[in-house]
Amino acid sequence: MVTVNGEEVAVAGTSIATLLTQRNAPVSNLAVELNGKIVPRSDFANVLLKENDKVEIISFVGGG
Amino acid sequence: MTNTEETDLLTIGGHTFTSRFILGSGKYSYDLIDAAVKHAKAQIITMALRRTTSDQENILNYIPKGVTILPNTSGSTTADEAIRTAHLARELSGSDFIKLEVVPDKKYLLPDNAETVKATEVLAKEGFIVMPYILPDLNTARELVNAGAATVMPLAAPIGTNKGLATKELIQILIDEIDVPVIVDAGIGRPSQAAEAMEMGADAIMANTSMATAKNIPLMAEAFKLGIEAGRKAYLAGPGRVIEHGAVASSPLTGVSK
Repeated sequence: MVTVNGEEVAVAGTSIATLLTQRNAPVSNLAVELNGKIVPRSDFANVLLKENDKVEIISFVGGG
Repeated sequence: MTNTEETDLLTIGGHTFTSRFILGSGKYSYDLIDAAVKHAKAQIITMALRRTTSDQENILNYIPKGVTILPNTSGSTTADEAIRTAHLARELSGSDFIKLEVVPDKKYLLPDNAETVKATEVLAKEGFIVMPYILPDLNTARELVNAGAATVMPLAAPIGTNKGLATKELIQILIDEIDVPVIVDAGIGRPSQAAEAMEMGADAIMANTSMATAKNIPLMAEAFKLGIEAGRKAYLAGPGRVIEHGAVASSPLTGVSK
């Protein structure tokens, strides 16, 4: 299992790009952290997720 | 002294702005952001970073073109958490602006000045334009300037309270002694309070809740713009003196017809 934004998801073996598509994530407004390191946008298609990986997908929201 | 809109510029980290109103985007409908920005004539709007959810609207679709995004590190309780959030913010925005908020206290939401200095030291070295949110304290502000902060953002009152300039005397000290822009942030609840801070010599005002909790958000944004402009012009004009006792006639005392 891979932990995505705090929830366990069965996506080991897929790429970050595929994960984002599955989640309908807004591509123009997100940053991805894999095991505490930011993954550049250009690597989304190349980086494959492994068992026990921890992924954070972060967006801008309203805030003061 | 003549100061037109074009010559009276706010400079933050080498970027110049004609507006002295930083608008928050929290706690109101994204549909109203465009109107609020336009009525405020704001050139900078703040945003927060949170985990992406599948049903969420993309706030970036609601931001007028040409407006500078100022990401904040809200949710951070330590310097390390704020540094991490700043890195994600830079990845998202593609710019170096960061409104640094380190807030461990959950009741009054007061920032931790010492952790804020620590985070500023790291982020300024990494090329960020650091705009730290602080309790107004001269020693902290000096440490922040030495650490490379682009501005200081002292709170007027606890965030979200609309209480106004509760820390007025301490903010005045920062205005008098600190050479980077002093941007009054948090607690400003009325345009008159924004005007007062600007009359004191504050360089800009940041506000969010005072708009978000108004009945007509774009209209209140415009009212704030006018208050900020009025206060700025009064500051540049040099306010007249106060007579503590008695009075001074403003009409001639001679030639009165009886």
